[in-house]
Amino acid sequence: MKCSNSMKFLLSGALLVVMGQAAQAAEVVVYSARNEQLIKPLFDAYTKETGVQVKFITDKEGPLMARLKAEGRNTPADILLTVDAGNLWQAAQEDLLKPVDSQALKTNIPAYLRDPGNQWFGLSVRARTVIYNRNKVKAGELTTYEDLAGPTWKGRLCLRTSKKVYNQSLVAMMIAEHGEEKTEQIVRGWVANLATDPFPDDTKAMEAVAAGLCDATVVNTYYYGRLMEKKPNLPLAIYWPNQKGKETGVHVNISGAGVTKFAKNEREAIKLLEWLSSSKAQNLFADVNMEYPANRSVMWDATVAAWGNFRQNQINVSEAGKLQTRAVMLMDRAGYK
Amino acid sequence: MTASERAPGPGAFSFFSTPRLTAWGIAALTLIPVLVVASALVDPDQEIWAHLWQYTLPELLVNSVWLALGVGLGVSFLGISLAWLTAACDFPGRRFFTWALLLPLALPAYVTAFVWLGWLDFTGVLPTWLRETWGITQVPPIRSRGGVIVVMTLALYPYVYLTARAAFQGQGRRLMEAAQSLGMGRVRGFFRVALPMARPGIVAGLSLALMETLADFGTVSVFNYNTFTTAIYKAWFSLFSLSAASQLASILIFFVLVLALLEQASRQQRGYAQSSRAGGASARILLDGWRAGLAFSFAGGVFLLAFLAPFTQLLVWAWQAAAIDLDPRYFEFIGHSLLLSGLGALLVAALSLALAYAQRLAPSPGMLFTTRLATIGYALPGAVLAVGFFIPVAWLDNLIIDQTRAWSGHEIGQVLGGTLVVMLLAYCARFLAVGFGTIEAGLGRITRSLDEAALVLGVGGARRLRQVHLPMLRGPLLVAMALTFVDIMKELPITLMTRPFGWDTLATRVFEMTSEGEWERAALPAVAIAIAGLLPIFLLIRHSDART
Repeated sequence: MKCSNSMKFLLSGALLVVMGQAAQAAEVVVYSARNEQLIKPLFDAYTKETGVQVKFITDKEGPLMARLKAEGRNTPADILLTVDAGNLWQAAQEDLLKPVDSQALKTNIPAYLRDPGNQWFGLSVRARTVIYNRNKVKAGELTTYEDLAGPTWKGRLCLRTSKKVYNQSLVAMMIAEHGEEKTEQIVRGWVANLATDPFPDDTKAMEAVAAGLCDATVVNTYYYGRLMEKKPNLPLAIYWPNQKGKETGVHVNISGAGVTKFAKNEREAIKLLEWLSSSKAQNLFADVNMEYPANRSVMWDATVAAWGNFRQNQINVSEAGKLQTRAVMLMDRAGYK
Repeated sequence: MTASERAPGPGAFSFFSTPRLTAWGIAALTLIPVLVVASALVDPDQEIWAHLWQYTLPELLVNSVWLALGVGLGVSFLGISLAWLTAACDFPGRRFFTWALLLPLALPAYVTAFVWLGWLDFTGVLPTWLRETWGITQVPPIRSRGGVIVVMTLALYPYVYLTARAAFQGQGRRLMEAAQSLGMGRVRGFFRVALPMARPGIVAGLSLALMETLADFGTVSVFNYNTFTTAIYKAWFSLFSLSAASQLASILIFFVLVLALLEQASRQQRGYAQSSRAGGASARILLDGWRAGLAFSFAGGVFLLAFLAPFTQLLVWAWQAAAIDLDPRYFEFIGHSLLLSGLGALLVAALSLALAYAQRLAPSPGMLFTTRLATIGYALPGAVLAVGFFIPVAWLDNLIIDQTRAWSGHEIGQVLGGTLVVMLLAYCARFLAVGFGTIEAGLGRITRSLDEAALVLGVGGARRLRQVHLPMLRGPLLVAMALTFVDIMKELPITLMTRPFGWDTLATRVFEMTSEGEWERAALPAVAIAIAGLLPIFLLIRHSDART
């Protein structure tokens, strides 16, 4: 009968997997929401340099955090790595991380890119800026994120969906700066200026700008880099908003990591984080995805540097986490889908 | 179930004497994760719930109902008409279309959705061409309710096609002959006899398509179309409110259970058994002239839109991505995918058979309720079920680790987490509906007088299942396994959450690429999934054609 055969298969398969789990000497275990092709080159380099094995598993942030919580003190994970500050803040909030006292991390990573309680550290910077159509936007028309809500932009704006965490933290940072009431007005203004329904991703929004459906959009710069690499002739250009006088600068988020509360290999975990923040690893970390290094002493990748220098918003990125729920609800109220 | 073979006879403690216990045991697999999720209800999040109620629930209720209605009608129309054409008629290309029309099942729906967006959105190939060549700017938007419904219909109609076709084929010659002897023409015979008799099969496929529609996150996200499931994800992963998410999930489950029970109740009184001597395959209705042309264009059109066109696009992308991404590891990914899908399909089919058989041995309203509960996992958004399943496994693991430490002082790692057994059980919790629906419909076609006759001849228990029912269930069992196989090939949240370290599959490769928006690179693993998914589809059709 089929059933009995399948049982045999099953058991032997299980045995194989269990046997494959034999413990290694020095190793670090990472739960990562940053995808495989962006982290594996780094971990491979680390293993080559130090002999320490890095085991990792990728998933979305939500399930990874649910997993950490369920596993509690017996979790195999030493490090949680995510692609935005909001989730790291939430992980700290749920008591899944532990403070790390490391001089190297403090020196390498600027204060606004790490948790004030030292539970997590930014490792690369993701700038969310304005991309516009060179043929349709006149000089001086672009100024700030806030201004995209104004009458000049009626019917000229494209946006990605509010469901993406990058937009949620952008709005959260605006709440930190302007308060909820004013931010809601701004977001309502954006929605009123939309040329079409929000897009599922940044690339689609930029393609719409290039095709002339709208004139400007707000995206993470590495999507712009990727698109222009593939289609260099698109009439798109980058604009750094909020750079004048007292304006707070370009919105940045981080890809970052923290040590889990019940890390078994705490010392190795901290060493890995320190290595990731060091100049040689920082280039690799940022450059594989055309992001900006978090470590200020590190040179930018040539493509990235060509986009020009800009002032970053230096409000601590943990605000994005703190205010994320409020931002999501605000965007719902404003009808930003 | 291995125990069943040794069952000494009536009265002994075995599967055959305790069908209710068996059914509950299987249902527990799904029920535990559902209860884990529902337990968050104890701690309601008033503020967030009030917010959802005021700003998002009305919209997403309307959206979900429209989506379910539209996809339900769409898959029924395509599935039933194509099943009838290939099962009961003959027209040029029928043999090819018989299996080719199943192929859309092998493509992950959210990947094809992205292909459609690339073609038909404002910046897509077609509207751009229309604009630049003809000056036509008014093109119906693909990112709309209609667009989602069409794309999901094209992805999901094969469920209905497959189960309806199995039902039509099972009807055999005598049924239509009887209808004709009563003076019915072919059209009336179809609507009055063949279609109503095929109802359990059609409903089995339709409920799979609807459950998948309601639980879908990937496809609707591509269109930014808000549904119950996107709201569940948002409540959980953006508002960080597990309780609001489980409130929404509980409503979804309730909705699906009520529908399932209503449907069951409406046909409770009728029997769908067919004569054991159905008279073999009926003579096909030979279509000629314009009818043949119409049938060919219809089947060909659906095949082109649902599979050939998106698959070709994926092949082009895959070819470009292969230069950078194709490495020897792909053998490993394919191997893992095949292993998981193969074992998962066997296990799901075995448990589904046990559940359906338990229901046949001890039919009762309570049993009916149990089986519906057992199959609810398919209607739950994948990530929710994955977490619901993971939490009790982690709890058990912690128990084992802590006890070992207390008893022996030794520190051990996770025993259950990251094992194949846990992965396979989680797949069962999710895909039981896929196996059960088809097997239940197949079992329903076997008349009960056959069971009694067997018993009179002294054939009961395991022998009756093996010698009488199993041979008649070969078709439905194969369908169940093939469907589960391709579903597991594409499955993401459970695979991501329960796989061992460094153990990647084709589906997780798709995830790695799409999570940072690199859809074109995701085409390579998606194409590999489709090609690997062809295998069971070929086997399935070879079998079903062997009978005709």
